Amino acid sequence: MNAKNGREAKRAKQWKLRLYVAGQTPKCLTAFANLKKICDEHLAGVYDIEIVDLLKRPQLAKGDQILAIPTLVRKLPSPVRKIIGDLSNVERVLVGLDLRLTKGLPKIRPKMERTVEG
Amino acid sequence: MPGVRKTNGLPLPHLAKTPTGIRGLDEITGGGLPKGRPTLVTGGAGCGKTLFSMEFLLRGAMEFHEPGLFVSFEEQERELLENVASLGFNVNQLVKRKRLAIEFVRAEHSEIHETGDYDLEGLFIRLGHAIDRIKAKRVVLDTIEALFSALPNQAILRAELRRLFRWLKDRGVTAIVTAERGGGMLTRHGLEEYVSDCVILLDHRVIDQMSTRRLRVVKYRGSAHGTNEYPFLIDETGFSVMPVTSLTLDHEAPTKRMSTGIAPLDAMLGGQGLFRGSSILISGTPGSGKSSISAHLIDAACARGERCLYFPFEESQQQILRNMRSIGLDLSQWVERGLLRYHAARPHLRGLEMHLATIHRQIADFQPRTVVLDPVSNLMDIGTAAETKAMLTRLIDFLKSHEITTVFTSLTSETDNPETTEVGISSLMDTWLLVRNLEYNGERTRGLYILKSRGMAHSHQIREFTLTDHGAKLRDVYTGPAGVLMGTARTLQEARDLVERGSRHNELTRRQRELESKRQAMEAQIVALRAAYDAEAVELETVIDERRQAETIFDQQRESLELLRDGATGNGSGNTRKGVGHERLRQQSRARNERKERPRGEAR
Repeated sequence: MNAKNGREAKRAKQWKLRLYVAGQTPKCLTAFANLKKICDEHLAGVYDIEIVDLLKRPQLAKGDQILAIPTLVRKLPSPVRKIIGDLSNVERVLVGLDLRLTKGLPKIRPKMERTVEG
Repeated sequence: MPGVRKTNGLPLPHLAKTPTGIRGLDEITGGGLPKGRPTLVTGGAGCGKTLFSMEFLLRGAMEFHEPGLFVSFEEQERELLENVASLGFNVNQLVKRKRLAIEFVRAEHSEIHETGDYDLEGLFIRLGHAIDRIKAKRVVLDTIEALFSALPNQAILRAELRRLFRWLKDRGVTAIVTAERGGGMLTRHGLEEYVSDCVILLDHRVIDQMSTRRLRVVKYRGSAHGTNEYPFLIDETGFSVMPVTSLTLDHEAPTKRMSTGIAPLDAMLGGQGLFRGSSILISGTPGSGKSSISAHLIDAACARGERCLYFPFEESQQQILRNMRSIGLDLSQWVERGLLRYHAARPHLRGLEMHLATIHRQIADFQPRTVVLDPVSNLMDIGTAAETKAMLTRLIDFLKSHEITTVFTSLTSETDNPETTEVGISSLMDTWLLVRNLEYNGERTRGLYILKSRGMAHSHQIREFTLTDHGAKLRDVYTGPAGVLMGTARTLQEARDLVERGSRHNELTRRQRELESKRQAMEAQIVALRAAYDAEAVELETVIDERRQAETIFDQQRESLELLRDGATGNGSGNTRKGVGHERLRQQSRARNERKERPRGEAR
């Protein structure tokens, strides 16, 4: 019923993503490539990716409570969400970024998945 | 030991250690934690891990000029600062001066969504950055186990932890990693697997409703360490691990003596009183005057200008001062002059170790030369005999190493023999005075004697001990044919003795008089006998003279008769007359003899 509306609503907003990496490690490169692919597919035109290399700016790690590398932080739309890993599991990235909701699934479902996986 | 240790003639570098500054811990570990290596501190909830680690950093920052980084996985900076502010450190000041940094690492399971391979480089970078910022030499990770619940992938986590500890070593920081105890292991998640240089176990247990905290160095690779469980204490001045002193027997033995304040008692103790820095046990039944003897000792010490610290476990300061006034001791003047301090506490207020720690701190604070614990037997109520003895051993060691004279009083029960009931602690004492209530003839008296006194000649006599308005007095007891007597019985017996001595004296003079009169009687008899003899002698001589005269006359008559006979008559008739005259003379002589004999027989 509102799948289209939801997608439009998301598109109406600007997505602000920040990817924390530590140098040009294979994991970081993979993560960036995966992120780019997912964004192009689901958020074409409304996203903005900022790469933070903690080796260069270590003081930034504290602000977003970064432990793992790579970490993707969804700054906007709020609330802030954090995804760790090289983003190779696309399904989980979509759940983590809360993009799955737009496909018309009941709202309760992603939460359940998260709990089970934990 | 410190510096270089020789093995097989080869000098080996000794394991470098970082002093913690925590009272007592550096003694146990022989200098502190392994320098540049991580140490695992584990224990149950609320056992003081966080405070322990925090004090390690604070002492390091303040006393050893080593900046410290505290990485908290559980508490926010502000909460932490509030918690440790209660330890009396100016934490904010240290943070401002970059001597201390607190880094809060939030690892919330609900906020972390795994989507593939990752590592914990972010944490490393954060730590590295924080360490560099203040040039930290000490790092605390409290508690890194929070990661186990936050990160689902244990394989990655374990690999990363291994790398973390390696990394900390490479950075050369002395680190403390805290962990929760559980699952029958030292740590719930097996952290001891990664941190294996030094493991310290903190424990907080309740026995007989008394809580005691204990610390044990489970492992210290490459170093000797105390392996016992050591009680520790957390209070407003931080962490203290007992023993504050090492448990060795190498303290000095002072030869100086000090008065007990009771001159006759000094006399009993070889004439010079107690050794300084020795331990004295005064045991006795209730009301036998143990506290009064202690009070005398204190009074004398304060009068010499020495500070005394008194730990009453039964009475309040006011009560003691009042009671001692009744025997003529004004102790309040010393309190006012700051020479005497009381620290009254019920034994049940805290556990044995807490008491010990309190005593230690009070002593360190007041620097007394004499310490009184009154009565130490009350401490036995809150621990077993073995525990009490262990505590007292540590206390005595501590006091002896500081040359502090210690007086322990001990309450013994009326029925038990104190010499057997206090075997446990008495062996620790140098001098043991016993005050006993002696019941005799419906009266109680106190007898004091010295059971032992190491290193001095001492009296073996029982003295009667009395408390008067002018203090304690010792008197020689009555020892006589009636046995050993004290109190009124002694007074009575002494009076009786006096009477007896009087009557004995009278008897003697009477006997002497009797002897004299006998002698006089004898002499009188001698005189009488002599007189009788003289009288008889005179008479006999008279008789002898008469006889002689008679004989002469007889001879003359016979001659004249013979002359006559020859002239007138024949021989025959002349013989007859001569015979008759002879016979008459003999009769006269016999009668005279009989008369003489009669008075002699009557005199007998």
